[in-house]
Amino acid sequence: MSQLLSEFRRPELLQIVALTLRVTGVALLLATVVGVPLGAFLGLVRFRGQRLITLTLYTGMGLPPVVVGLFVYVFLSRSGPLGSLGWLFTPTAMILAQTVIAFPLVAGLTMSAVAGVDRAMHQQVFALGASRWQIAWTVLREARVGVTAAIVAAFGGIISEVGAVMLVGGNIEGQTRVLTTAIVLYTRQGDFAMAMALGVTLIAVAFAANVLLLRLQGRLRDQ
Amino acid sequence: MTAGAAVYRLEAVRHQYAGRAVLDIETLDVRQGETLAVIGPSGSGKSTLLRLLQFLERPTSGRLWFEGREVTAEPPLDVRRRVTTVFQRPVVLSRTVRSNLAYGLRVRGVKARPGEIDHLLDGLGLAPLAHAAAPTLSGGEMQRVSFARALAFDPEVLLLDEPTANLDPRNVRLVEGMIRERQAQGVTMVLATHQIFQARRLAHRTALLLDGQVIESAPTAQLLDRPADPRTKAFLSGDMVY
Repeated sequence: MSQLLSEFRRPELLQIVALTLRVTGVALLLATVVGVPLGAFLGLVRFRGQRLITLTLYTGMGLPPVVVGLFVYVFLSRSGPLGSLGWLFTPTAMILAQTVIAFPLVAGLTMSAVAGVDRAMHQQVFALGASRWQIAWTVLREARVGVTAAIVAAFGGIISEVGAVMLVGGNIEGQTRVLTTAIVLYTRQGDFAMAMALGVTLIAVAFAANVLLLRLQGRLRDQ
Repeated sequence: MTAGAAVYRLEAVRHQYAGRAVLDIETLDVRQGETLAVIGPSGSGKSTLLRLLQFLERPTSGRLWFEGREVTAEPPLDVRRRVTTVFQRPVVLSRTVRSNLAYGLRVRGVKARPGEIDHLLDGLGLAPLAHAAAPTLSGGEMQRVSFARALAFDPEVLLLDEPTANLDPRNVRLVEGMIRERQAQGVTMVLATHQIFQARRLAHRTALLLDGQVIESAPTAQLLDRPADPRTKAFLSGDMVY
């Protein structure tokens, strides 16, 4: 136990936590900025080809992260279409991979939440004089608990993800090492105390972030 | 009441759902400042008529006019904002009662006149619930919130679909009191109701709708006491008319 506690004082731990929060936070922000409006649009509007887009999103929600990592790796590798950017084995590549993983979760679950709002609500706000945009915004607001749940689910999906960030980040010490990839490394090296300390930290970070998101959800629900 | 110019005019309006005709109106006018009650059994087309007047649906054929302007296709927002509906099934926003009442004003970008929201809350017995979350209210309370919310932005036309269906007699009196207040201000109303006595209490003119057709339309006392059409007589006496 005392050995485990001493591991929390290792200087690299703070750096790993900071990078984990940065990569996951930026990826979640990007997925939210793009995914929530797209999910809201798909939940509000009916058009030809919508089922195909819905099916694609739902498939994306179940994509194995390591496969996403593989595709991002191929795109960013020296001979790939985006190779000239030089992003492979950088935090930017990890953010890109995590955004691709989080995006279908945010968009798909937002779509379900918005589509689940009673159609009578659309008609009611129309009858109260709301413009098309105001109707869309009001319905999205009504679906806010589900939208927050979408963001929580995406956060949980990417902060605990290891395959994609390992592939495109390379788990380079001091540069691309995050909590999950560090756990893999220290476990393989037999440094179980450090691996356990990282595992506990990962759970604590995820718990704290979810407390924040759920508090936000609760506040939104009460408004 | 002096009959004003036509606010709405329906000409040869037909409406179908999945190929089934639900409304077939040769002509119908709703005049400025009048309250027109539309009575008829369930499924006669009362709610569909209100949905057309609220521009929620376009007629399958025929023409709809609003103050001399054709609005058969989608009307502009400024026309839409002069009309509102209190639906039979109240739908409240997931926010406080007071915030629900302010919604119509907020989307118009205007502030409530001082005391206006409080007047509505008091008048409909909602003052103690002003800060309650609207979705937690009972059906009758939601109905009153829905009614107050429709009045809060001073609509020129009020479409009422069974506005007192969920209310006890005391609250029916409160709502009807508010309706009379707005009648005195010259608000044009269309009231769809099952309740013949409510039509008698509130409407200047009443129309009987059967199978989507206007069977008879006349000043309320005349239609209820001296109906001209045998189907109106049968409906008013409670006989089966389908």
